[in-house]
Amino acid sequence: MTENILTPEMRKVVVRFSGDSGDGMQLTGDMFSQSSGIAGNDLTTIPDFPAEIRAPQGTIGGVSSFQIQIGGTEIYTPGDSVDVLVAMNPAALAANLPILKPGGTIIADVDAFTSKNLKKADYDSNPLEDGSLDEFHVILAPATSLTKEALKHLGLDMQAMTRSKNMFALGVVLYMFSRPLENTIRFIENKFGHKPLLVEANKHAIEAGYNFAESTEVFGRAIVIPPARLPKGTYRNIDGNTAIAWGLLAAAENSGKKLSLSSYPITPASEILHELSARKDMGAIVFQAEDEIAAVCAAIGAAFSGNLSATTTSGPGASLKSEAIGLAVIAELPLVIVNVQRAGPSTGLPTKTEQSDLNQALYGRHGDAPIVVMAASSPDDCFYYSYEAARIAIEHVTPVILLSDTYLASGTSPWRLPENGDLEDIKIPKFEEDSEEWEPFMRDPEYLNRYWMSPGDKGFEHRNGGLEKKENTGNLTYEPLNHEKMTKIRAEKIERIAKRLPGLKVTGSQSGKLLVVGWGSTFGSINTAVTELIEEGEEQVGFVHFNYINPLPENTGEVLEKFDKILVCELNNGQFVNYLRTKFPGYQYLQFNKIQGQPFFTSEIKAEIINTLSK
Amino acid sequence: MQTAVENTSPELTKKDFVSDQAVRWCPGCGDYMILAMMQKAFAQMDNAKENFLSVSGIGCSSRITYYLDTYGVHSIHGRAIAVATGAKLANPDLNVWVFTGDGDCMAIGGNHFIHACRRNADLNIIIFNNKIYGMTKGQSSPTTPEGLKTKTAPEGSHENPFNIGEVAIGAGATFFARVPDNNPKLLEDIMMQAYQHKGTSVIEVLQNCVIFTDGIHEQITGRETKDDNQVLLQHGKPMIFGKEQNIGLKLNGMRLEKFTFDNGTDGSLIHDEEEKDPAMHLALTRMQLPEHPVAMGVIRKVDAQNYSENIHRVIEAEKKKSSFKNVKDLFKSGNTWEIT
Repeated sequence: MTENILTPEMRKVVVRFSGDSGDGMQLTGDMFSQSSGIAGNDLTTIPDFPAEIRAPQGTIGGVSSFQIQIGGTEIYTPGDSVDVLVAMNPAALAANLPILKPGGTIIADVDAFTSKNLKKADYDSNPLEDGSLDEFHVILAPATSLTKEALKHLGLDMQAMTRSKNMFALGVVLYMFSRPLENTIRFIENKFGHKPLLVEANKHAIEAGYNFAESTEVFGRAIVIPPARLPKGTYRNIDGNTAIAWGLLAAAENSGKKLSLSSYPITPASEILHELSARKDMGAIVFQAEDEIAAVCAAIGAAFSGNLSATTTSGPGASLKSEAIGLAVIAELPLVIVNVQRAGPSTGLPTKTEQSDLNQALYGRHGDAPIVVMAASSPDDCFYYSYEAARIAIEHVTPVILLSDTYLASGTSPWRLPENGDLEDIKIPKFEEDSEEWEPFMRDPEYLNRYWMSPGDKGFEHRNGGLEKKENTGNLTYEPLNHEKMTKIRAEKIERIAKRLPGLKVTGSQSGKLLVVGWGSTFGSINTAVTELIEEGEEQVGFVHFNYINPLPENTGEVLEKFDKILVCELNNGQFVNYLRTKFPGYQYLQFNKIQGQPFFTSEIKAEIINTLSK
Repeated sequence: MQTAVENTSPELTKKDFVSDQAVRWCPGCGDYMILAMMQKAFAQMDNAKENFLSVSGIGCSSRITYYLDTYGVHSIHGRAIAVATGAKLANPDLNVWVFTGDGDCMAIGGNHFIHACRRNADLNIIIFNNKIYGMTKGQSSPTTPEGLKTKTAPEGSHENPFNIGEVAIGAGATFFARVPDNNPKLLEDIMMQAYQHKGTSVIEVLQNCVIFTDGIHEQITGRETKDDNQVLLQHGKPMIFGKEQNIGLKLNGMRLEKFTFDNGTDGSLIHDEEEKDPAMHLALTRMQLPEHPVAMGVIRKVDAQNYSENIHRVIEAEKKKSSFKNVKDLFKSGNTWEIT
């Protein structure tokens, strides 16, 4: 037997809960995340569930998993491979065994390893008995039968009792990491308070699992992952889509504007639409349009009417919206377009992650139509960048594209709730003097944005639209030189936003052999890889990450020029690296691309860096 | 905050809605009459000027937003209704008017049109139907009649055209009216009725394009023929027409049929624009020459749920029920923990 990799000294651990789609693994994982947050750990989670709504029960295709990495240090990814695997059936074991570390622990519901279930998972013999799991530590937990036993006095039917076996598994894992039960039980009471019998059932099942682990002494040593040194504050776990929705709500509140969201359902962006549909209690005006084009056009109507206006979509929808985004560019209206990217082109891999809509965001319009493009880099900072996208859109009276992706949308990380003063104020660029002095395309002298006057503003009635406008007055004109001038003004307006963006900060070496570059959702894996290399003594590597793509931060050139080589890592076939090649030619760019619908593993990035350094 | 400030502005006149832009339609175009009547009707509406919004798409019709001195959006091809819907939902106090054509609205914008009819937000949509693409110079449109020669059907169109009213009512429109561009009084009256109707109002204007389809409506709207070829529907009144006002409409089995009478109205059908069942409204909408006169006036006007009102009523109710006073309350709801 391989040596057990779980030790009391470990600073971080990866746990994966896995079972059939109906086994409640997402809830189980969510509850373990809560427990870990309360214990002061930093964490990152990722769900992995079948694309089918009702996949065949017991099959590998129907396996639903939830992975979490917790640590007493900062955690930026859900982990490349797994230390502890909870397998509620044979299919869950078969599906996840390849990513379990040698010496890792399997907690298996032995009751579910029936010949029928083994057959569905393509096992010829029972892996719990045939010695094939010798390199792992296997805990045989009779979750189904012990849960039934623990719940029999509640008078539930068989199905309801069996359904609580996920809580049994949670109880085992809570014991394993020396967690008190109280917090988790409080969570259950909060969540199911309106169903007292369900609260009782879940409580008893958790306790049964906890007691099973304690009394059978299956774990030699208790593990305590120490608290991470996180900034003081109130925290909660948040996924990227909810964070984007809430960022927009915060921006609406801080700007004193009503929020209008006009969207069409599309994976993986729909949850933003769902969350804001449920936020009518916060005054959100949500319109589910008949198609993607209607969605963006309605958003333009809402923007013209003076609301903070957003539309959310994914790549295919963004393609449909591109003509209308051009209208928002020439009409110079404040509009937030969120693209939660998925693997393309066309329908592609609709449930998988990719960063391949960058070119579309930058260039995907007819005419010269520059636009602000930014990208979030963790589930929790989706809140901040969504707020910033709204702030820039309003203050600079321009459409802004915010890029997220499947990985951020469904992953979670702890989010420190913003406190007073954490968020920059949003100033509405209204024309404050008499309307007689005003023209629809007059501009702020410093940033070149026009003023945002809208219906309801008396005396400011004006027409706006897709035809070229005379500088200043906004009247229609085909004058050749005016078109050239307006095209350049629109470009310059976007460029000047760079003056207000935070500069890039380099992690690790500030100059030297290699600069590793990332953008958007890959921050976690690249940052972890570089930090580990630095800890291991590497002194020639720096890392810089981009959240603002257009315009780029003002110090971009200064940062790039200090390194011999620049390695750009991204989940596409080289879109950002080519953008940098165009903007800052003359440097030695290398690229590391992964186009598998999967996020980077930390180990892949590390290997690539080491490989590059050795050349 | 945008709030309606009604009746506080001085009386508005037609001139208040005339913009400083030179009108650039072809001389003799039917659009001039629509513009003039719209400006006249606007002046009679009970809204502050800053709460008027005109939205258009692309095409000759859609130029009108530049000539109306209101807030206006000249959007992109086919999308005026979508832009207008977003604006109306954003600020329900706005008095929103959409100007579109048979190509803009029934072809590229067809999806938005049917969903607007279904949703019934409080929008007013005027469709300038000249049965041709004018601005792109003479291609067939979805309302081009069979047999008409166009740039894209040089041997004569062999497609089935849409009947705009039939599409609108079929899609659930609560208000549909038809009017020729040479009847200013009726145009103005229908614009005011559309304004008063709470929900999506669709007005089809039979509009003459002097360049590509000059005279296309002549049989219906011509001075010599209009009395015999149009029936002006009026709520609660018999459906009678003809120079002598002695032709009526009655049902023969499931079909409408015209008949001549000598005295009174002799059992002619009475128009009921408020009947919820759309069967008769559809039948009236479908009437065509030479078998039937073409129906003018308000064909359908029924009360129904209004999306723009509903959404704000639900928002207000949810806000009242909610324990969240601001985003902080929302953020703190559910499971949080403290790091000290």
